[in-house]
Amino acid sequence: MAQQSQLVATRAPHLKIRVETTLQIMSEVMIALLPATLFGIYLFGLEALAVVAAAVAAAVLTEALAERRLSGFWELIGDGSAALTGLLLALSLPPTIGPGYAAAGAVCAILFGKILQGGLGRNLFNPALVGRAIMLAVWPGMMTAYVSPVDGTTTATPLIADAFGAWEVFMGTVPGSIGETSVPLLLIGGVFLLARGRIEWRIPVFFILATVVTATLFGAEVSLHLFGGGLMLAAVYMATDWVTSPISESGQILFGIGCGIGTVLIRELGAYPEGVTYAILLMNACTPLFDRFLKRKAMGEA
Amino acid sequence: MAILTVRTVKERLEAALQRRRTRSFDRGIDLPEHKHYTADKPTETLPCPETVVVPLNQHTGETVEPIVSVGDHVVSGQKIGDLEEKWSSPVHAGVSGVVTHIEPRPFGDGTEVPSVVIKADQHQSVPEFTPRADWESLDRERILAVIKDNGIVGMAGAGFPTHINIDVRTKIPTLIVNGAECEPFLTSDHRIMVERADAVIGGARIIARVIGADHCYIGIENNKPDAIELLTEKTRDLPEFSVVPVAVKYPQGYKKTLLRAITGKEPPLGGRSADVGCIVRNVSTTAAIYDAVVLNKPLFERVVTVSGLHEITRPGNYRVPIGTPLRHILEHVGVDLEALGGYKVVRGGPMTGTAVDTLEAPVVKAATGILVMPPGAIQPAYERINPCIRCSACVKHCPIGLYPNEISQLVEAGTPEAAERLHIDECCECAICSYVCPAYRPVTDLVMEGKAILKERKRRNR
Ligand code: SF4
Ligand code: SF4
Repeated sequence: MAQQSQLVATRAPHLKIRVETTLQIMSEVMIALLPATLFGIYLFGLEALAVVAAAVAAAVLTEALAERRLSGFWELIGDGSAALTGLLLALSLPPTIGPGYAAAGAVCAILFGKILQGGLGRNLFNPALVGRAIMLAVWPGMMTAYVSPVDGTTTATPLIADAFGAWEVFMGTVPGSIGETSVPLLLIGGVFLLARGRIEWRIPVFFILATVVTATLFGAEVSLHLFGGGLMLAAVYMATDWVTSPISESGQILFGIGCGIGTVLIRELGAYPEGVTYAILLMNACTPLFDRFLKRKAMGEA
Repeated sequence: MAILTVRTVKERLEAALQRRRTRSFDRGIDLPEHKHYTADKPTETLPCPETVVVPLNQHTGETVEPIVSVGDHVVSGQKIGDLEEKWSSPVHAGVSGVVTHIEPRPFGDGTEVPSVVIKADQHQSVPEFTPRADWESLDRERILAVIKDNGIVGMAGAGFPTHINIDVRTKIPTLIVNGAECEPFLTSDHRIMVERADAVIGGARIIARVIGADHCYIGIENNKPDAIELLTEKTRDLPEFSVVPVAVKYPQGYKKTLLRAITGKEPPLGGRSADVGCIVRNVSTTAAIYDAVVLNKPLFERVVTVSGLHEITRPGNYRVPIGTPLRHILEHVGVDLEALGGYKVVRGGPMTGTAVDTLEAPVVKAATGILVMPPGAIQPAYERINPCIRCSACVKHCPIGLYPNEISQLVEAGTPEAAERLHIDECCECAICSYVCPAYRPVTDLVMEGKAILKERKRRNR
């Protein structure tokens, strides 16, 4: 009889579940961001590395403290989502901001963007963007002071300084935040994530299309809109965040279009060129609506 | 990795196209098959168990009353439990022997079910049944009575009484015989099709007579080419039969998905397959109907696949009396019972079966297989309910097109009634949503829990 009490009698499935854990998925997104991150560090030097390290560490620690997961390294890392939030935030910051402010932003991102909203999966807004929005409100000057990787002088982002050509903006050898500048590297990572099924193609594709169309209607420089101001980073890695984007396919299309139109509208009509952050946050707020009203039919539903 | 030449690319494209052309349903998943351990193993018998424990409820419906007493001698195939009630199904002695107990015994799922315990005689004579030569002259009511009397219930997991299932008021034009057997490891239906093709076809003709069907499809997953070939050959001169290969995909063998794959129809929400003019019956059940009606043989034994990701000396398909304790079977196929700590022993398939809590649990009419799964092959128990990360994997794969993510959250929040709007009742309990969830969230458990709560509430309000 002894062995019987040791039989495991939990419910089906009685197979090992598909071996993709949340940690693995988050790691893959971080791997996809690695080329852009390394390029940012190469462009802006150790200053950028310090910003990235500080933001990631602060994000991971904040969440671990809040959830009391402190016994060992893997406990701290948890499902990896905090580290990803920290990394995304850091990549959207100017390298000159310094590790202190970066860490403060990361704490805000996790605290206000995630924990106070109920934790992973329950947050309405993308945590990295919440952190960024808070920093924009508190330190507007520092957030928009970009250093040129070419001569080290401080300039505004290329969106308002029309001094850069489309090619330079595309390749990323222009002032900007740490990870947002090199479009090809960001796209390589995006293709990898698409191939791995980690992001939905509809959101970035319609985000980009809507940006092009709206910018053309405004008669604005399309390439600057597209390759500058962190649009690629946001379209591929932030707008596609599962937690804060719609599940239904039609919802994803509308979400992407909304982000694109919103970005150009805010940039062209707003007071300062932070279109992407606010456009996505606004669409995040609409996500529950999309999910609620754009449901596919169940089998046999008339 | 194969070198990509023009030819291999072409071959792959063709294979992909072929796959698209094969009949199937939407969504669902590919599972590792694990069928080769037993697919080619002809059905064998095992030494007779010392005792059998025959539960008096192996079906959807009322528990039957014992009609024998402790001390009685019974012979195999003798009816030992019955009830007048239509929503029930009698049970029969699996072996010849003496009734030693009539009492609740562990069913394996944590509950106890009233059971008749029979101590087997030393010498088991082969039970003989007189075939009904005149079955073709039986009328519909008589056939239904014979089917009920012989204890025929759905043998693929549901245990729904067959005499209720096929007792339809209007003519049902289409019969689908379900030979999909989509769950990994299981090959008992496969063996029935290969070894007892005539019984499958005969049983199908009987059901077709009862429901008034003029066409019978036999749906078989593409991974059983020998069964497809044999049944196609055997039905060549029967124009009312067509054998339909269907895609290998889980849960192809669920009645509504198979129905969808073969006819393109979907029963309305809350409806049954009969609402779109179809009845779906599994091949083993169909063969059992043939046995009951033509051979006059009750359902007192069945074929089970014994397999799993474990060093089993003799994995295979075994014909065993209903009521045989799992312990007896595992011992005889060479499983070391002492070494099963931390293992799962599953009665049924790996996606829908029951992991039993005791090896005394019996083989029941609906037990398709017995699987021995070592700790490394199963998922560890859920320690807590992780949050949903909204990856939408469950939504993409749910064969019924539900939103398991939202349903599970509503149940978790204690408001399962809100999930009715999301058609929680339509869930077929395929366990895909748990299987694909990267957040390691017990999605299926929550959905099933919600279903159970709502069902219980409805029962109480009645
Ligand atoms: S909700 Fe039900 S039918 Fe849908 S995947 Fe989960 S268990 Fe299967
Ligand atoms: S698979 Fe799990 S994490 Fe993904 S949406 Fe479904 S419940 Fe949420």
